[in-house]
Amino acid sequence: MQLRKEAVEVVVQICDRYKDEPSPLMLILSDVQKEYGYIPMEVQQIISAKTGIPVSEIYGVVTFYNFFSLEPKGKYVIGVCVGTACYVKGGQNVLDKFAELLKIKPGQTTEDGLFSIDNVRCLGACGIAPAVSINGKVYPKVELSKVGSIIQEYRTIEQKAMEA
Amino acid sequence: MANKVTIYIENKPYQVDEGLTILEAAKTVGFYIPSLCNWRNHDCSLASCRVCLVKVEGERRLIPSCAYNVREGLHISINDPDAVAARRTSVELLLSNHSMNCQACRKNGVCELLDVSRQVGARPDQYHGAKTPTTLDEVAPGIVRDTSKCILCGRCVEACKKTQGIGILGFQNRGFNTIVGPTENRSFNNVPCIQCGQCTLVCPTGALMEHNNIPELDEAKREGKIILAFAAPAVRASIGEEFGQKIGTNSTGKLAAAMRRVGFDKVFDMNFSADLTIMEEANEFVRRFSQHAPSPMITSCSPGWINYIELNYPELLPHVSTCKSPQQMFGAILKSYYAEKNGLDRSKIFVVSIIPCTAKKYECQRPEMQVDGVRDVDLALTTRELAQLIRRSGINWNRLPNEDFDRDIIGDNTGAGVIFGVTGGVMEAAVRTAYHILTGKEMEPVDFTPVRGLENVKEAVADIAGTKVRLAVTSGMVNAKKLLDEIKAGNVKYDFIEIMGCPGGCINGGGQPYVFPPMLPNEDPDIWETYREKRAAVLYEEDRNKPLRRSHQNPDIQKLYKDYLGIPGSPLAEKLLHTTYNTKREQYPDVTPETKPVTK
Repeated sequence: MQLRKEAVEVVVQICDRYKDEPSPLMLILSDVQKEYGYIPMEVQQIISAKTGIPVSEIYGVVTFYNFFSLEPKGKYVIGVCVGTACYVKGGQNVLDKFAELLKIKPGQTTEDGLFSIDNVRCLGACGIAPAVSINGKVYPKVELSKVGSIIQEYRTIEQKAMEA
Repeated sequence: MANKVTIYIENKPYQVDEGLTILEAAKTVGFYIPSLCNWRNHDCSLASCRVCLVKVEGERRLIPSCAYNVREGLHISINDPDAVAARRTSVELLLSNHSMNCQACRKNGVCELLDVSRQVGARPDQYHGAKTPTTLDEVAPGIVRDTSKCILCGRCVEACKKTQGIGILGFQNRGFNTIVGPTENRSFNNVPCIQCGQCTLVCPTGALMEHNNIPELDEAKREGKIILAFAAPAVRASIGEEFGQKIGTNSTGKLAAAMRRVGFDKVFDMNFSADLTIMEEANEFVRRFSQHAPSPMITSCSPGWINYIELNYPELLPHVSTCKSPQQMFGAILKSYYAEKNGLDRSKIFVVSIIPCTAKKYECQRPEMQVDGVRDVDLALTTRELAQLIRRSGINWNRLPNEDFDRDIIGDNTGAGVIFGVTGGVMEAAVRTAYHILTGKEMEPVDFTPVRGLENVKEAVADIAGTKVRLAVTSGMVNAKKLLDEIKAGNVKYDFIEIMGCPGGCINGGGQPYVFPPMLPNEDPDIWETYREKRAAVLYEEDRNKPLRRSHQNPDIQKLYKDYLGIPGSPLAEKLLHTTYNTKREQYPDVTPETKPVTK
């Protein structure tokens, strides 16, 4: 796959931001994830060429941290907490329910590009376990029966946007 | 001299150098603490294997001795019962995720994991449970990766990054799913790997090994092919190690005898084609030098190096000599000149090269390396594979006589050919012959020592009848990169550069016998630092003892040109002995189902 010229520029620009840092990799990857949306092989190669860090090492960091992804993420990123407290309160079942209803596995994105699911480790909201966060908005004490309506909430937003 | 400090091991005092880790310091006073991830002292200590645990007075926990520096008055216990039990547990845990297919593993007998298991007294089947999903990459011609045997020590990761500066291998995924491999868990074929095999030299298990090609040899035998074999210079300097001989033993005579007894129809010395390479390469250099373009010229003998420049600096390929490597030249001559003069059907000839190199397995399969659709070399077997062949043939190495390689219109060789196996050797041999071409006289003395030695980059100036020729010699891609960046920037400081893929040249090739100091009780304690010098000394000694030491004086080479090729660089020589390079080689070619490693 060949990257578009603009895409290359975005990545190069991010690398240049941290050219004076002693260990810039995490900073670069974090910005690329936020601004470019994901970190495919082609982007890793550019980062490698700019920083001199082997692609294998970059790939290692990308696959180590949940926050980084090799595939494009959906418009709405559903983070289901499976940290200790949420897990005990049924976080795994919530995660499975989202996966079942959206017909994707954690880490994947729906075909329409709307949703992706991540299993996250502790949102720091153990008091309201099991917690789910969608693009930063936190849903407390999520019951299995509510999962469908949460998804519907975003589908409705999209539908309205389409009509308007 | 470093300052000395006193440390105590089991309450006995020892004087050791300051600044060493406990592991290193203990080694200097005669203690070998078992460890699996540490391999080059300071250079590599990820402290990942947790096998070298010892008790240190004043510390709450057991200490990994590879990551803890000695200091005055330190009390250490290696034989502390808790430390002994902890080391055993560490190894048992490593084994619990290991494929334990030892009887079928080619590393058996030289496996550090097994050796350490025995040392710590690891018990079988201590921990049962799920195993990490594994990957088997048998796609690349040079190297095989089997993660079911990997213990995640990280030595190969460091070796690739530090000795070759490439960094093909890395850790990927997290926790239980962690494996070591190229990006995206691809095959070595689909990443810019040069297949030098340096990673196989440090792997403590059978996770990284050369691609075993002995079955193809058996197939050729079944088909009734005429099997013509030749052995590279560096093999004689190391093959004896496989059979318990000390590092630095010359085995030329036994090597020829063993190859004959393995059942090859003819056994030749590759020094012959090294001489041939020099004829072509020295003439090419003289031609390019007098035409001033493009300078500098760079040697082309090392297929790992060729992979590197094709993948990383394709714009500099015009600098590389068009000469095929000695391996390919020998194959081309066997299937043309030799076949014609002996009335052999060239399609029935099966050429086997015995080489210290894993990248040569890749080289002999290259589409450029054939003449009229017939491959120059059919099979490349490493020194280690030859040893395996010798063992399975029931040959008792110690009782082998010294024999000569065959001489049958080809095969004569000179001292110039034998030093091809060590960094600087090609350059020295080329200078000896270039001097003759330019002056018509012989260079005296014949030795050209400024290019000898294992330094990273060696520079020299050869004075050939008043003309100053600026030379550079390097090996290992970390060093080559520096020279290439200079050339790319337009700083041409040299006229002729020799580059070898592996640090030290072929004597330290990726297909050479393993040097694991703990498993070599009869070698000096510093063998890891000296084995390359010792192997190199074998080749320089053989050169010194040869009656002929200049390639152009080789009678069979002279006859080959007179009767067949004409002159160096003639159209026939061009067709048989020169090649082209791939300027469009992709670093990361797309993965297809055929090039995808098998995951389970």
